[in-house]
Amino acid sequence: MDPRGSVVDRRLEGVRRIIAVGGGKGGIGKSLLASTLALTLAEEGRRAGLLDLDLTGPSDHVVLGIDACPPREDFGVEPRLVHGIRFMSIVAFVGSRPTPLRGVDVSNALLELLAITRWGTLDVLVVDMPPGLGDAMLDAVRRIPRAEHLVVATGSRVVLETVRKHLQLLRRIEAPVVGLVENMSRGGSAAVRALADELEVPLLGVLPFDAELEEATGDVARLSRTSVVGAVRDLARGLHGRIRRVRGSAGSAASGS
Amino acid sequence: MHELALAEAVVAAALEVAEREGLSAIREISVRVGELQRIEREVFEFALREVLPASEPRVADARFRVATEPTRLRCHACSHAFRLSDTSSPLDPDAAESIHFIPELAHSFLCCPVCRSPDFEVIEGRGVSIERIEGS
Ligand SMILES: Nc1ncnc2c1ncn2[C@@H]1O[C@H](COP(=O)(O)OP(=O)(O)OP(=O)(O)O)[C@@H](O)[C@H]1O
Ligand SMILES: [Mg+2]
Ligand SMILES: [Zn+2]
Repeated sequence: MDPRGSVVDRRLEGVRRIIAVGGGKGGIGKSLLASTLALTLAEEGRRAGLLDLDLTGPSDHVVLGIDACPPREDFGVEPRLVHGIRFMSIVAFVGSRPTPLRGVDVSNALLELLAITRWGTLDVLVVDMPPGLGDAMLDAVRRIPRAEHLVVATGSRVVLETVRKHLQLLRRIEAPVVGLVENMSRGGSAAVRALADELEVPLLGVLPFDAELEEATGDVARLSRTSVVGAVRDLARGLHGRIRRVRGSAGSAASGS
Repeated sequence: MHELALAEAVVAAALEVAEREGLSAIREISVRVGELQRIEREVFEFALREVLPASEPRVADARFRVATEPTRLRCHACSHAFRLSDTSSPLDPDAAESIHFIPELAHSFLCCPVCRSPDFEVIEGRGVSIERIEGS
Protein backbone atom coordinates (compact mmCIF):
# COMPACT_ATOMS: atom_id res chain seq x y z
CA MET A 1 0.00 0.00 0.00
CA ASP A 2 1.18 3.45 -0.93
CA PRO A 3 0.90 5.74 2.12
CA ARG A 4 1.53 9.04 0.34
CA GLY A 5 -2.02 9.78 -0.81
CA SER A 6 -3.14 9.85 2.80
CA VAL A 7 -1.31 13.08 3.65
CA VAL A 8 -1.96 15.21 0.59
CA ASP A 9 -5.11 16.83 1.99
CA ARG A 10 -3.30 17.54 5.23
CA ARG A 11 -0.47 19.29 3.38
CA LEU A 12 -3.02 21.58 1.74
CA GLU A 13 -5.32 22.11 4.70
CA GLY A 14 -4.03 25.61 5.44
CA VAL A 15 -4.71 26.70 1.86
CA ARG A 16 -7.94 28.54 1.53
CA ARG A 17 -8.39 28.24 -2.18
CA ILE A 18 -6.68 26.38 -5.00
CA ILE A 19 -6.85 27.68 -8.57
CA ALA A 20 -5.60 25.27 -11.23
CA VAL A 21 -4.69 26.94 -14.51
CA GLY A 22 -5.07 24.53 -17.42
CA GLY A 23 -6.47 24.15 -20.88
CA GLY A 24 -5.20 20.93 -22.33
CA LYS A 25 -3.45 22.55 -25.28
CA GLY A 26 0.26 23.34 -25.15
CA GLY A 27 1.71 26.80 -25.53
CA ILE A 28 -1.44 28.84 -24.87
CA GLY A 29 -0.13 30.75 -21.86
CA LYS A 30 -1.01 28.53 -18.90
CA SER A 31 2.36 29.12 -17.28
CA LEU A 32 2.29 32.82 -18.06
CA LEU A 33 -1.14 33.18 -16.50
CA ALA A 34 -0.44 30.93 -13.50
CA SER A 35 2.82 32.71 -12.66
CA THR A 36 1.52 36.25 -13.10
CA LEU A 37 -1.73 35.48 -11.32
CA ALA A 38 0.27 34.35 -8.29
CA LEU A 39 2.47 37.43 -8.66
CA THR A 40 -0.42 39.92 -8.82
CA LEU A 41 -2.19 38.25 -5.91
CA ALA A 42 1.00 38.53 -3.86
CA GLU A 43 1.41 42.17 -4.89
CA GLU A 44 -2.06 42.84 -3.56
CA GLY A 45 -1.14 41.44 -0.19
CA ARG A 46 -2.56 37.97 -0.47
CA ARG A 47 -0.62 35.01 0.74
CA ALA A 48 -0.07 33.30 -2.56
CA GLY A 49 1.60 30.06 -3.55
CA LEU A 50 2.58 28.77 -6.98
CA LEU A 51 2.98 25.09 -7.77
CA ASP A 52 4.37 24.18 -11.16
CA LEU A 53 3.02 20.72 -11.88
CA ASP A 54 4.54 20.54 -15.32
CA LEU A 55 7.25 18.11 -14.29
CA THR A 56 8.78 17.56 -17.71
CA GLY A 57 8.52 21.13 -19.01
CA PRO A 58 8.51 23.44 -15.98
CA SER A 59 8.32 27.12 -16.96
CA ASP A 60 7.11 29.24 -14.07
CA HIS A 61 10.65 29.84 -12.81
CA VAL A 62 11.53 31.23 -16.25
CA VAL A 63 8.51 33.54 -16.34
CA LEU A 64 9.32 34.90 -12.88
CA GLY A 65 13.11 34.85 -13.28
CA ILE A 66 13.76 32.46 -10.42
CA ASP A 67 17.09 30.73 -10.85
CA ALA A 68 17.46 28.88 -7.59
CA CYS A 69 14.82 27.87 -5.11
CA PRO A 70 16.18 24.98 -3.07
CA PRO A 71 13.42 23.97 -0.65
CA ARG A 72 13.94 24.22 3.07
CA GLU A 73 13.74 20.85 4.77
CA ASP A 74 11.45 21.00 7.77
CA PHE A 75 9.17 18.08 8.54
CA GLY A 76 8.90 17.71 4.79
CA VAL A 77 9.88 20.57 2.54
CA GLU A 78 8.83 24.18 2.76
CA PRO A 79 8.55 26.11 -0.51
CA ARG A 80 10.82 29.14 -0.83
CA LEU A 81 9.34 32.60 -0.66
CA VAL A 82 10.26 34.32 -3.95
CA HIS A 83 8.77 37.66 -5.06
CA GLY A 84 6.33 37.23 -2.19
CA ILE A 85 5.16 33.86 -3.54
CA ARG A 86 5.63 30.43 -1.95
CA PHE A 87 7.07 28.66 -4.94
CA MET A 88 7.43 24.96 -5.67
CA SER A 89 8.59 23.33 -8.86
CA ILE A 90 10.54 20.26 -9.88
CA VAL A 91 13.41 22.64 -10.67
CA ALA A 92 13.82 23.15 -6.93
CA PHE A 93 15.27 19.65 -6.86
CA VAL A 94 16.76 19.12 -10.26
CA GLY A 95 17.76 22.57 -11.52
CA SER A 96 17.98 22.78 -15.30
CA ARG A 97 18.57 19.08 -15.97
CA PRO A 98 16.09 17.27 -18.23
CA THR A 99 13.48 15.12 -16.47
CA PRO A 100 12.68 12.28 -18.88
CA LEU A 101 9.69 10.74 -17.12
CA ARG A 102 7.20 8.18 -18.33
CA GLY A 103 3.58 8.43 -17.21
CA VAL A 104 4.03 6.22 -14.17
CA ASP A 105 7.03 8.28 -13.11
CA VAL A 106 5.10 11.51 -13.55
CA SER A 107 2.32 10.10 -11.36
CA ASN A 108 4.81 9.06 -8.71
CA ALA A 109 6.80 12.28 -8.72
CA LEU A 110 3.63 14.37 -8.58
CA LEU A 111 2.33 12.43 -5.62
CA GLU A 112 5.68 12.59 -3.83
CA LEU A 113 5.79 16.36 -4.33
CA LEU A 114 2.27 16.79 -2.97
CA ALA A 115 2.99 14.48 -0.02
CA ILE A 116 6.14 16.24 1.18
CA THR A 117 5.43 19.91 0.44
CA ARG A 118 4.12 21.85 3.41
CA TRP A 119 2.32 24.92 2.15
CA GLY A 120 1.45 26.40 5.52
CA THR A 121 -1.22 29.07 5.53
CA LEU A 122 -2.13 30.57 2.15
CA ASP A 123 -5.03 32.56 0.80
CA VAL A 124 -4.60 31.00 -2.58
CA LEU A 125 -2.42 28.42 -4.25
CA VAL A 126 -2.15 28.70 -8.01
CA VAL A 127 -1.34 25.43 -9.76
CA ASP A 128 0.17 25.46 -13.21
CA MET A 129 -1.31 22.40 -14.89
CA PRO A 130 0.61 20.30 -17.36
CA PRO A 131 -0.58 20.22 -20.99
CA GLY A 132 -2.54 17.29 -22.38
CA LEU A 133 -5.17 15.00 -20.95
CA GLY A 134 -2.69 12.33 -19.94
CA ASP A 135 -1.38 10.97 -16.66
CA ALA A 136 -0.04 14.29 -15.44
CA MET A 137 -3.33 16.14 -15.83
CA LEU A 138 -5.48 13.27 -14.63
CA ASP A 139 -3.37 12.79 -11.51
CA ALA A 140 -3.28 16.50 -10.76
CA VAL A 141 -7.08 16.62 -10.93
CA ARG A 142 -7.50 13.46 -8.89
CA ARG A 143 -5.02 14.33 -6.16
CA ILE A 144 -6.30 17.90 -5.70
CA PRO A 145 -10.08 17.49 -5.95
CA ARG A 146 -10.60 20.89 -4.29
CA ALA A 147 -8.88 22.69 -7.13
CA GLU A 148 -11.04 25.13 -9.06
CA HIS A 149 -10.10 25.12 -12.69
CA LEU A 150 -9.32 28.28 -14.58
CA VAL A 151 -9.18 27.36 -18.23
CA VAL A 152 -7.08 29.19 -20.81
CA ALA A 153 -8.06 29.39 -24.48
CA THR A 154 -7.10 31.41 -27.51
CA GLY A 155 -9.22 32.30 -30.51
CA SER A 156 -7.49 29.65 -32.62
CA ARG A 157 -9.73 26.84 -33.82
CA VAL A 158 -6.86 24.43 -33.33
CA VAL A 159 -6.64 25.47 -29.68
CA LEU A 160 -10.40 25.52 -29.09
CA GLU A 161 -10.72 21.96 -30.34
CA THR A 162 -8.63 20.76 -27.37
CA VAL A 163 -9.83 23.31 -24.83
CA ARG A 164 -13.38 22.13 -25.42
CA LYS A 165 -12.31 18.55 -24.63
CA HIS A 166 -10.49 19.76 -21.53
CA LEU A 167 -13.66 21.50 -20.32
CA GLN A 168 -15.83 18.53 -21.19
CA LEU A 169 -13.52 16.24 -19.24
CA LEU A 170 -13.56 18.53 -16.20
CA ARG A 171 -17.33 18.56 -16.35
CA ARG A 172 -17.52 14.78 -16.71
CA ILE A 173 -15.43 14.24 -13.59
CA GLU A 174 -17.29 17.01 -11.78
CA ALA A 175 -14.21 19.12 -11.13
CA PRO A 176 -15.18 22.73 -10.29
CA VAL A 177 -14.54 25.17 -13.13
CA VAL A 178 -14.15 28.80 -12.07
CA GLY A 179 -14.07 30.22 -15.59
CA LEU A 180 -12.51 30.65 -18.99
CA VAL A 181 -9.82 33.17 -19.98
CA GLU A 182 -9.00 34.21 -23.51
CA ASN A 183 -5.27 34.72 -24.04
CA MET A 184 -3.20 36.17 -26.89
CA SER A 185 -6.29 38.09 -27.86
CA ARG A 186 -6.35 40.54 -30.74
CA GLY A 187 -9.65 41.99 -29.72
CA GLY A 188 -11.99 39.47 -28.15
CA SER A 189 -12.73 36.24 -29.99
CA ALA A 190 -16.33 35.39 -30.86
CA ALA A 191 -15.35 31.71 -30.87
CA VAL A 192 -14.10 31.82 -27.26
CA ARG A 193 -17.22 33.67 -26.16
CA ALA A 194 -19.34 31.07 -27.97
CA LEU A 195 -17.55 28.22 -26.22
CA ALA A 196 -18.05 29.90 -22.84
CA ASP A 197 -21.75 30.34 -23.57
CA GLU A 198 -22.17 26.85 -24.92
CA LEU A 199 -20.57 25.20 -21.90
CA GLU A 200 -22.03 27.75 -19.47
CA VAL A 201 -18.67 28.77 -18.09
CA PRO A 202 -18.06 32.43 -17.13
CA LEU A 203 -15.60 34.26 -19.39
CA LEU A 204 -13.48 35.91 -16.69
CA GLY A 205 -10.96 37.82 -18.71
CA VAL A 206 -9.38 38.65 -22.02
CA LEU A 207 -5.58 38.95 -22.07
CA PRO A 208 -4.21 40.83 -25.06
CA PHE A 209 -1.45 39.52 -27.29
CA ASP A 210 1.53 41.48 -26.06
CA ALA A 211 4.64 41.83 -28.20
CA GLU A 212 6.58 43.20 -25.19
CA LEU A 213 6.06 40.08 -23.15
CA GLU A 214 9.11 38.19 -24.36
CA GLU A 215 11.42 41.03 -23.39
CA ALA A 216 9.83 41.28 -19.95
CA THR A 217 9.90 37.55 -19.27
CA GLY A 218 12.05 36.75 -16.25
CA ASP A 219 11.93 40.30 -14.89
CA VAL A 220 8.98 40.72 -12.52
CA ALA A 221 9.19 44.52 -12.39
CA ARG A 222 8.95 44.76 -16.19
CA LEU A 223 6.37 41.99 -16.33
CA SER A 224 4.19 43.93 -13.92
CA ARG A 225 4.10 46.84 -16.37
CA THR A 226 3.05 44.85 -19.44
CA SER A 227 -0.46 45.10 -20.80
CA VAL A 228 -1.01 41.39 -20.42
CA VAL A 229 -0.16 41.46 -16.71
CA GLY A 230 -2.39 44.51 -16.36
CA ALA A 231 -5.19 42.34 -17.67
CA VAL A 232 -4.18 39.52 -15.32
CA ARG A 233 -4.43 42.01 -12.46
CA ASP A 234 -8.00 42.84 -13.51
CA LEU A 235 -8.74 39.15 -13.69
CA ALA A 236 -7.33 38.67 -10.18
CA ARG A 237 -9.50 41.53 -8.93
CA GLY A 238 -12.48 39.88 -10.57
CA LEU A 239 -11.71 36.88 -8.42
CA HIS A 240 -11.50 39.11 -5.32
CA GLY A 241 -14.81 38.31 -3.76
CA ARG A 242 -14.03 34.70 -4.41
CA ILE A 243 -10.43 34.61 -3.20
CA ARG A 244 -10.74 35.79 0.35
CA ARG A 245 -7.94 36.45 2.73
CA VAL A 246 -7.23 33.91 5.41
CA ARG A 247 -7.40 36.85 7.79
CA GLY A 248 -9.74 39.52 6.54
CA SER A 249 -8.39 43.07 6.19
CA ALA A 250 -10.28 44.07 9.29
CA GLY A 251 -8.24 41.51 11.16
CA SER A 252 -11.08 39.11 11.74
CA ALA A 253 -9.61 35.67 12.05
CA ALA A 254 -11.00 32.98 9.80
CA SER A 255 -9.97 29.38 9.78
CA GLY A 256 -7.71 28.30 7.00
CA SER A 257 -9.50 25.13 6.06
CA MET B 1 13.21 16.47 8.22
CA HIS B 2 11.70 14.95 5.14
CA GLU B 3 11.69 11.47 6.77
CA LEU B 4 9.16 12.79 9.27
CA ALA B 5 6.76 13.71 6.47
CA LEU B 6 6.99 10.19 5.07
CA ALA B 7 6.54 8.62 8.49
CA GLU B 8 3.49 10.81 8.99
CA ALA B 9 2.07 9.44 5.73
CA VAL B 10 2.61 5.88 6.96
CA VAL B 11 0.72 6.57 10.19
CA ALA B 12 -2.07 8.44 8.36
CA ALA B 13 -2.48 5.58 5.90
CA ALA B 14 -2.49 3.00 8.71
CA LEU B 15 -5.20 4.96 10.50
CA GLU B 16 -7.26 5.00 7.30
CA VAL B 17 -6.97 1.24 7.09
CA ALA B 18 -7.89 0.90 10.77
CA GLU B 19 -10.94 3.06 10.16
CA ARG B 20 -11.99 1.06 7.13
CA GLU B 21 -11.43 -2.33 8.74
CA GLY B 22 -12.84 -1.33 12.11
CA LEU B 23 -9.61 -1.86 14.06
CA SER B 24 -9.44 -0.14 17.44
CA ALA B 25 -5.76 -0.83 17.99
CA ILE B 26 -2.97 -1.44 15.50
CA ARG B 27 -0.45 -4.01 16.71
CA GLU B 28 2.09 -4.03 13.96
CA ILE B 29 2.91 -2.11 10.82
CA SER B 30 5.42 -3.50 8.33
CA VAL B 31 7.04 -0.92 6.09
CA ARG B 32 9.40 -1.32 3.19
CA VAL B 33 11.78 1.44 2.23
CA GLY B 34 13.31 1.36 -1.22
CA GLU B 35 17.04 1.65 -1.54
CA LEU B 36 16.62 4.32 -4.25
CA GLN B 37 15.18 6.93 -1.87
CA ARG B 38 17.98 6.58 0.70
CA ILE B 39 15.75 7.16 3.67
CA GLU B 40 17.66 7.82 6.85
CA ARG B 41 16.44 4.79 8.70
CA GLU B 42 17.24 6.13 12.15
CA VAL B 43 15.28 9.31 11.70
CA PHE B 44 12.42 7.54 9.96
CA GLU B 45 12.10 4.85 12.64
CA PHE B 46 12.45 7.38 15.42
CA ALA B 47 9.54 9.31 13.91
CA LEU B 48 7.45 6.18 13.61
CA ARG B 49 8.18 4.89 17.09
CA GLU B 50 8.56 7.99 19.20
CA VAL B 51 7.14 11.08 17.56
CA LEU B 52 3.92 10.15 15.86
CA PRO B 53 2.21 7.53 18.06
CA ALA B 54 2.04 9.99 20.96
CA SER B 55 -0.83 11.84 19.30
CA GLU B 56 -2.64 8.76 18.00
CA PRO B 57 -3.99 6.31 20.59
CA ARG B 58 -4.72 3.65 18.00
CA VAL B 59 -1.06 3.35 17.04
CA ALA B 60 0.35 4.11 20.48
CA ASP B 61 1.33 0.50 21.08
CA ALA B 62 2.10 -0.48 17.51
CA ARG B 63 5.34 -2.19 16.59
CA PHE B 64 6.98 -0.98 13.41
CA ARG B 65 8.99 -3.32 11.25
CA VAL B 66 11.07 -1.52 8.67
CA ALA B 67 12.90 -3.41 5.94
CA THR B 68 15.03 -2.02 3.14
CA GLU B 69 14.19 -3.23 -0.34
CA PRO B 70 17.03 -3.34 -2.86
CA THR B 71 16.41 -1.42 -6.06
CA ARG B 72 15.97 -3.31 -9.32
CA LEU B 73 15.92 -1.43 -12.59
CA ARG B 74 15.37 -2.36 -16.22
CA CYS B 75 16.20 -0.39 -19.30
CA HIS B 76 13.30 0.32 -21.65
CA ALA B 77 15.68 0.89 -24.54
CA CYS B 78 17.84 -2.27 -24.39
CA SER B 79 16.03 -4.41 -21.75
CA HIS B 80 19.14 -4.69 -19.60
CA ALA B 81 18.29 -5.45 -15.97
CA PHE B 82 20.53 -3.77 -13.42
CA ARG B 83 20.93 -2.61 -9.84
CA LEU B 84 21.70 0.73 -8.31
CA SER B 85 25.30 -0.27 -7.68
CA ASP B 86 25.74 -0.97 -11.43
CA THR B 87 25.04 2.64 -12.36
CA SER B 88 28.40 4.36 -12.55
CA SER B 89 30.41 5.91 -9.77
CA PRO B 90 28.87 7.03 -6.47
CA LEU B 91 26.31 9.78 -6.89
CA ASP B 92 27.37 13.30 -6.12
CA PRO B 93 25.65 14.69 -3.03
CA ASP B 94 23.29 16.97 -4.98
CA ALA B 95 22.03 14.11 -7.12
CA ALA B 96 21.61 11.87 -4.07
CA GLU B 97 19.66 14.61 -2.32
CA SER B 98 17.37 15.19 -5.33
CA ILE B 99 16.62 11.47 -5.64
CA HIS B 100 16.05 11.33 -1.91
CA PHE B 101 13.25 13.91 -2.22
CA ILE B 102 11.77 12.66 -5.50
CA PRO B 103 13.04 9.19 -6.47
CA GLU B 104 11.92 9.66 -10.11
CA LEU B 105 14.70 12.20 -10.47
CA ALA B 106 16.94 9.16 -10.80
CA HIS B 107 16.08 9.59 -14.49
CA SER B 108 17.83 12.93 -14.44
CA PHE B 109 21.02 11.59 -12.90
CA LEU B 110 21.38 7.88 -13.69
CA CYS B 111 21.43 5.89 -16.88
CA CYS B 112 21.53 2.33 -18.14
CA PRO B 113 25.05 0.96 -17.70
CA VAL B 114 24.89 -0.71 -21.13
CA CYS B 115 23.30 1.80 -23.51
CA ARG B 116 23.36 5.00 -21.38
CA SER B 117 19.63 5.57 -21.76
CA PRO B 118 17.84 7.41 -18.95
CA ASP B 119 14.65 5.61 -20.01
CA PHE B 120 14.66 2.82 -17.45
CA GLU B 121 12.01 1.38 -15.19
CA VAL B 122 12.27 1.14 -11.42
CA ILE B 123 10.85 -2.32 -10.92
CA GLU B 124 11.37 -2.52 -7.18
CA GLY B 125 12.87 -0.59 -4.32
CA ARG B 126 11.62 2.91 -5.10
CA GLY B 127 10.36 4.50 -1.90
CA VAL B 128 8.21 3.96 1.18
CA SER B 129 5.39 1.43 1.09
CA ILE B 130 3.28 -0.36 3.65
CA GLU B 131 3.42 -4.13 3.40
CA ARG B 132 1.21 -5.24 6.27
CA ILE B 133 -0.96 -3.83 9.01
CA GLU B 134 -2.09 -6.00 11.90
CA GLY B 135 -4.54 -5.10 14.59
CA SER B 136 -7.78 -5.93 16.26
N1 LIG C 1 -0.71 37.28 -24.07
C1 LIG C 1 0.45 36.91 -24.61
N2 LIG C 1 1.08 37.73 -25.50
C2 LIG C 1 2.26 37.36 -26.05
N3 LIG C 1 2.89 36.21 -25.79
C3 LIG C 1 2.31 35.38 -24.92
C4 LIG C 1 1.08 35.68 -24.28
N4 LIG C 1 0.75 34.65 -23.45
C5 LIG C 1 1.76 33.77 -23.54
N5 LIG C 1 2.70 34.20 -24.42
C6 LIG C 1 3.94 33.49 -24.78
O1 LIG C 1 3.61 32.25 -25.35
C7 LIG C 1 4.55 31.26 -25.00
C8 LIG C 1 3.85 30.08 -24.36
O2 LIG C 1 3.32 30.49 -23.09
P1 LIG C 1 3.31 29.51 -21.84
O3 LIG C 1 4.63 28.83 -21.70
O4 LIG C 1 2.78 30.25 -20.70
O5 LIG C 1 2.24 28.44 -22.38
P2 LIG C 1 1.81 27.06 -21.69
O6 LIG C 1 0.38 26.90 -22.03
O7 LIG C 1 2.19 27.03 -20.28
O8 LIG C 1 2.69 26.02 -22.50
P3 LIG C 1 2.96 24.47 -22.12
O9 LIG C 1 1.73 23.77 -22.59
O10 LIG C 1 4.16 24.12 -22.91
O11 LIG C 1 3.14 24.38 -20.65
C9 LIG C 1 5.54 31.94 -24.09
O12 LIG C 1 6.65 32.35 -24.85
C10 LIG C 1 4.79 33.13 -23.57
O13 LIG C 1 5.62 34.21 -23.20
MG1 LIG D 1 3.42 25.64 -19.21
ZN1 LIG E 1 19.93 0.21 -21.92
